Amino acid sequence: MIKTENNKAWFLVLPVFLLVAFSAVIPLMTVVNYSVQDILDPNTAFFVGAEWYREVLRDPRLHDSLLRQFIYSFSVLAIEIPLGIGVALMMPTKGRMASLCLILLAIPLLIPWNVVGTIWQIFGRADIGLMGWALNSLGVDYNYAANPGDAWATVLLMDVWHWTSLVALLCYSGLRAIPEAFYQAAEIDRASRWAVFRYIQLPRLKSVLVIAVLLRFMDSFMIYTEPFVLTGGGPGSSTTFLSQTLVTMAIGQFDIGPAAAFSLIYFLIVLLVSWLFFTTITHMDKSK
Amino acid sequence: MIAWMTWTLPTAIFFITIGCILFCMTVYEVRSPCVERKGFLPIATTRGDRLFIGLLVSAYIHLLFLGLSDMSLWIPLGISVVWVAIALRWG
Amino acid sequence: MKMTKGKAFGIALYILFVLTPIYWLLNMSFKTNSEILGTLTLWPQEFTLANYAVIFTDSSWYSGYINSMIYVSLNVAITLAVALPAAYAFSRYKFVGDKHLFFWLLTNRMAPPAVFLLPFFQLYSSIGLFDTHLGVALAHCLFNVPLAVWILEGFMSGVPREVDETAYIDGYSFPRFFGRIFLPMIRSGIGVTAFFVFMFSWVELLLARTLTSVDAKPIAAIMTRTVGATGVDWGVLAAAGVLTIIPGLLVVYFVRNHVAKGFALGRV
Repeated sequence: MIKTENNKAWFLVLPVFLLVAFSAVIPLMTVVNYSVQDILDPNTAFFVGAEWYREVLRDPRLHDSLLRQFIYSFSVLAIEIPLGIGVALMMPTKGRMASLCLILLAIPLLIPWNVVGTIWQIFGRADIGLMGWALNSLGVDYNYAANPGDAWATVLLMDVWHWTSLVALLCYSGLRAIPEAFYQAAEIDRASRWAVFRYIQLPRLKSVLVIAVLLRFMDSFMIYTEPFVLTGGGPGSSTTFLSQTLVTMAIGQFDIGPAAAFSLIYFLIVLLVSWLFFTTITHMDKSK
Repeated sequence: MIAWMTWTLPTAIFFITIGCILFCMTVYEVRSPCVERKGFLPIATTRGDRLFIGLLVSAYIHLLFLGLSDMSLWIPLGISVVWVAIALRWG
Repeated sequence: MKMTKGKAFGIALYILFVLTPIYWLLNMSFKTNSEILGTLTLWPQEFTLANYAVIFTDSSWYSGYINSMIYVSLNVAITLAVALPAAYAFSRYKFVGDKHLFFWLLTNRMAPPAVFLLPFFQLYSSIGLFDTHLGVALAHCLFNVPLAVWILEGFMSGVPREVDETAYIDGYSFPRFFGRIFLPMIRSGIGVTAFFVFMFSWVELLLARTLTSVDAKPIAAIMTRTVGATGVDWGVLAAAGVLTIIPGLLVVYFVRNHVAKGFALGRV
């Protein structure tokens, strides 16, 4: 669509700008201020310059939890995006069944995050949970509270359970936008199932997949509540992701300065990755 | 009222500088709107894009120096200023 | 595209995966604690509503639901009120800094909430919004407004420009055109947006818990109380969990047709 130049449009955007700036800029500035000071208590603070950044950047804890975070986020994307597309392709296209599927799929999205943690905490326990009990009676030695591998797998499974529906719903709506004529043409050409997917469905899904990937990357990168409720970051530090490390530093040890420096570095990382992603996609659209 | 924000002089200068840059860029943009063009950066950019890329890379330059060396921060700052200028002019 | 047996089996399997953990929670909420901890039963042997009775008779429990409802509705109202004009501006006009503003809005979803909690708490305390519904609603705008602008912009771009131009030629003023013609045209888009905004506000806990203490405490935060001196009261915990799912179910039931139809109008 051709857009007209009109700077008066700023008046329409102004409320949004002010509202978001109020909640975003002031806390961000404060965190920047925290990050250059040693705060002993609310009234005593010393300026320490870039000391916290230097310390945090060389802290192996940052490297570990960053690595764990990247592995986790990429596992989440690698499982949820294909699975979501698959589920969307299998969904009935119209009628009562379609509505029913939509509602059922949306349920996990509408549960408060700590309740999601609680559900899986119960579900995975060997004594009172169906999954833990079933796995153990099948002879699998499963215990998410003691075994790091099991804990990690449970957090991942919980995330898949929780968020694949979002990808599926977005893809489903993308698929509905494809005119029936495209499929008929493909049938006349005797296109294979794969060709239909590759050349008709996938290109149409691109823009919704951008939304899905961006949302899932950003949210999984700062996942906090669900693993906290489920495992509390343990056993050991196997499920201690970035946010968790930050909270332990800021509140547990009251190291606000380093925690602030840490979260700004973290913010820069997410900013860079998202910007690269966003630019690549919008650029691909333009060059077509 | 703003005591809880724990302002320090360096951070205040930092935010005032950023604010000034944004303000100047906006005025400049309104006076003479710029056209998207292709420089040495791999994508076609507007003036604002180049500023954003310049500042983001500057932040990473600082982090690199902080993480890998004990040199004074004036060095990455100098490099960043030169880099932002280059990015704005030829990016 | 025809529905085949393989597909039906696949989708049924996935829905089973989605529903089993929820069924387990529901199952537990009707059991007594001795049954929960005693033997593993696939359905309640001694069916009881006692767990729900605990919640509905104790005002410190059910007020959590009312609090959550109030701030979520406020948030949906504020978000839509500011996001609609903004999304229109983004979809129709070019203005100084539009692209950067759009990206900046999106970056607000990226900040790690953990450390921002402290300044948030101080900011809202200093302007007297701590422990109010409005405070939580405003704080949730931080991530909901950008999302709403993003989704609505997609829907609005689907409406041809000619509609606007014809209306202006017919002598409509901007507010009248916007309210009478434009908004009804993207009704389902607004429905979908409201659904997303509701969802993210309803499920968020960190900010809501930090910004409240008594008067506006959300249900999700109250749930942690079930961990008492005598261990966890699993039955009540499960019942409270089940109850947090219900408002979401109602909302998705009302917008179900819009979700299916509405998405298709958006950025696809």
